[in-house]
Amino acid sequence: MAELLKKGQMKPGAVAEAGSMARLNTGTWRTYCPVSDLEKCNHCMICWLMCPESAVQVEDGKKVGTNLQYCKGCGICATECPVDAIEMKLESEMSEDEKKG
Amino acid sequence: MAERMALTGNDSAAYAFKQINPDVVAAYPITPQTELMHKFAAYVADGEVKTEFVPVESEHSAMSAVIAASLAGARACTATSANGLALMWEMLYIAASCRCPIVMPVINRALSAPINIHCDHSDTMGARDTGWIQLYSENCQEAYDNALQAVRIAEHPDVMLPVMVCLDGFILSHTLEGLEANDDETVRNFIGEYERSDNLLDVERPQTFGAFALQNYYFEFKKQQADAMQEAPAVIDEVGKEYGELTGRSYGRLDPYRCDDADVIVVGLGSSMGTAKQAVDDLRDEAGLKCGVLKIRCFRPFPGDLIRQALQNAAIVGVMDRAVSFGLGGPLFHEIRSARYGGDGPMLNFIYGLGGRDLSLDLAKDVFRNLAEAKDSGQVEPVVRYVGLRE
Repeated sequence: MAELLKKGQMKPGAVAEAGSMARLNTGTWRTYCPVSDLEKCNHCMICWLMCPESAVQVEDGKKVGTNLQYCKGCGICATECPVDAIEMKLESEMSEDEKKG
Repeated sequence: MAERMALTGNDSAAYAFKQINPDVVAAYPITPQTELMHKFAAYVADGEVKTEFVPVESEHSAMSAVIAASLAGARACTATSANGLALMWEMLYIAASCRCPIVMPVINRALSAPINIHCDHSDTMGARDTGWIQLYSENCQEAYDNALQAVRIAEHPDVMLPVMVCLDGFILSHTLEGLEANDDETVRNFIGEYERSDNLLDVERPQTFGAFALQNYYFEFKKQQADAMQEAPAVIDEVGKEYGELTGRSYGRLDPYRCDDADVIVVGLGSSMGTAKQAVDDLRDEAGLKCGVLKIRCFRPFPGDLIRQALQNAAIVGVMDRAVSFGLGGPLFHEIRSARYGGDGPMLNFIYGLGGRDLSLDLAKDVFRNLAEAKDSGQVEPVVRYVGLRE
């Protein structure tokens, strides 16, 4: 781990380098894990819009999954999904294979 | 050329804003501040300032908008009162800890309930731990002068903290007073340009503002903030002196009135100290009472050392609090008593003027009479006393 800056070496006012939040893996906070049924998904992007962590992954205008490194498991996506394509599962009872987002 | 004008407290702060010509002002109306922003919005509409004026949907948003503007490198201002200040609460701390040199007149007003639009200091006293510098004004002239000096104090590189310019609701905000305004060029030269080297709009050098800091960094940020507050007194004194050289009106953190030979000294904030000064003149003439007033202009950072010195020869001290800390007494009293710990004679605390209750000249004299009696009898209980209250 890099040595911590001293007070005099820090910029005042909580200014840090750009993108510093990318190193904070909020996915470790999760209790429930979203599991998306991509067959059922109509790619309306409401989950992408609502996700407070921008964790919904999209390629070529289609949802492809959830980035579990950042997903906190809040369940907003599952609540908002108009076609019930997302299920929140208790992560402690899931196998590693099931955790695909 | 300086100009003599008749302005209310709200007008005087709006006129100061006109001369400051801030880059961004975001505000929401609340009595008794509303008129200040009416006036300023008219300057914007008439093209007399170049300010981007953002009419927001709440005070929380007003403070959020000026924080963002300030981080983007803009000189940003707002104003509020009472419940509006309370709604800004979360953002007040963020403004100070993100080191945003925002200038905000607070037109002091009682907090609900019961709902009341008149003056007391509960609003800004509650914000005394938010990390803002607080300057209190005795009259409209001081409100104007404090608003201009606040820009320099806030933006000083050793400080970089927001400043509340406190002025009493209605008693000052809606009362017309003759005051001297500086010419625009004097103000322009005095306040200079605001530069923020790290700013949100520097796209070549993107950075995170208001970053996440846990156990490993938060403490150091807070100590930096505390250090900045410690730098502020020297800056406040220096700016007050320089302002005096420019305008003939110099400012310190305290304003002692006839204290040199006084046995009985009253300490307080804001417009009532004008009334207390008149009481001092009258009682010296009428009753030969050797009394004086110590007005505190700068409440945060708290000038404890200066206060201790100023009170060292007083036989008794009365602290006037226009706010009550429930379960404690008056906040100003407790801070002054702490500053004098181990010192220098008995003290009494007077809570007065809550919800705009008038402090008449008679009541101001009662405070001194109370003190004189306690001095002679040695009876200082109860220490916390209420002025002009119907038991």
